[in-house]
Amino acid sequence: MTSLLAFDWFLVLEKLILIAVVIFGSLGVALYTTFAERKVAGLLQDRPGPNRAGPFGLLQPFADGLKLVFKEEIIPNTSNKTLFILGPGLAMTAALMTSAVVPWGKAVEIGDRVVSLQIADVNIGMLYIFAILSLGVYGIMIGGWASNNKFSLMAALRGASQAISYELAMGISLIALVMVTGSLSLREMVEHQMAEGNLWNVAYQPLGFLIFLICAFAECNRAPFDLPEAENELNFGYHQEYSSMKLGFFLFAEYVNMFMSSVIMSTMYFGGYDVPFLDESTLSTNVAALVGIVALMTKVVAFIFFFMWVRWTIPRFRYDQLMQLGWKKLVPLALANMIITGAVILWLQGK
Amino acid sequence: MQALTQRAKQVNRKPMTFMESLYLPSIFKGMGITFSHIFKKNPTIHYPEQQRPFSPVFRGLHVLNRDEEGRERCTACGLCAVACPAEAITMEAAERLPGEEHLYREEKYAAKYEINMLRCIFCGLCEEACPKDAIYLSETFAPASFARKTFIYGKPDLLIPDKNKDPEGYAKAKGLAN
Repeated sequence: MTSLLAFDWFLVLEKLILIAVVIFGSLGVALYTTFAERKVAGLLQDRPGPNRAGPFGLLQPFADGLKLVFKEEIIPNTSNKTLFILGPGLAMTAALMTSAVVPWGKAVEIGDRVVSLQIADVNIGMLYIFAILSLGVYGIMIGGWASNNKFSLMAALRGASQAISYELAMGISLIALVMVTGSLSLREMVEHQMAEGNLWNVAYQPLGFLIFLICAFAECNRAPFDLPEAENELNFGYHQEYSSMKLGFFLFAEYVNMFMSSVIMSTMYFGGYDVPFLDESTLSTNVAALVGIVALMTKVVAFIFFFMWVRWTIPRFRYDQLMQLGWKKLVPLALANMIITGAVILWLQGK
Repeated sequence: MQALTQRAKQVNRKPMTFMESLYLPSIFKGMGITFSHIFKKNPTIHYPEQQRPFSPVFRGLHVLNRDEEGRERCTACGLCAVACPAEAITMEAAERLPGEEHLYREEKYAAKYEINMLRCIFCGLCEEACPKDAIYLSETFAPASFARKTFIYGKPDLLIPDKNKDPEGYAKAKGLAN
């Protein structure tokens, strides 16, 4: 009994609270990203976008969600029922799991206790993210396969091969990043970018960032790489047989993915919770944490806007163009980037 | 092979140059174009709150006119029904009784006057056919409805409110309000 009491229960509590805040926070952000997407689409196309539900249409995401909940739930009788239900759940889980290793801010002080604003500071955080990103494609694959529909299967295959192709270039571009920062932990990566005399990683790795950005678009199944859900050739792709909230989960997971990619890109290449030209150590812990979270969210919002901006500008790639871009352009470029980075680092050490 | 039309053009099948195959320059150009649209004025008319102004010759919902004393002008001659290419108008005539002179201008009047708004093509031929200036097309249009039978407009719907007794209703029927 005494050993149980000696256990740091406060740690469990604080982690649970943090997990809840992060998960519901990302769901909330994703909810309003769907709204923002339609508003941005409207802005870019000279129309107002949704503006009927509530002031400025702010209740629109709830109206959409409610609509999805009240739709009839259809499970095709030829489908594999277990996997059919597992698909959207897996997509959502994988999308949310990425948030575990992201440092949302430095730390907050509650009483005399310093609480880190990171759920788990894993020293291989980047590998973890990479692994979870690859898991994300299982949702699409299982969903598409279990639907027992030719179009869905085709879309699932496309999704899988697309994810595998672009993960390669993404991974290689990250290796160059690891060489620069010398750590796989996201926390240390941010600290490295915040350190005196260091610029954000995007300044050292512009090409790597570009490759990572393009791959992130492909991994999120966002336009112009949204081939798994190409309406004109695959009807609706892997979510063709889905209805009601299961469809909602798929669509929603996509937005959570987009949010998470934005967070990861801001963290790895744009200094995470770092505010440029501001020495955070002069501020008190709590103020610094608040400023940090605001800074990170600003960067994330900018990235999300960028995602949308691209979506409403560029038409979808053809499938062979997608594969060509992945294998013949991005992989060699990423390799070259890695070699050049390594050579420059060696040269700087030799001096 | 002979071209099918004079506008046929040879498709350029030249392989992409290196810059083109990078896609990036044209992507940036396209993104510049879409971004510039953020600052453009948007032409949307927010319908129920704002309404597009109609031209003065707009042919909308029919009204049955009254004369200056508020009496119905229609004499149920049936010329509008004859003129109607969509056969949307039906009417039944009745004789004016003594004491009803303040209601009907002529000795014969329309006891029943119906227009099927789903048949009507808003051509305005009834308006042209009418010898008594009784039927006019206003600047409003038939509101949407869920049931077909609600689109058969009878006299209570068509007859314009008396200008002297109900000026607001009169303006609304003419499409002059809002």
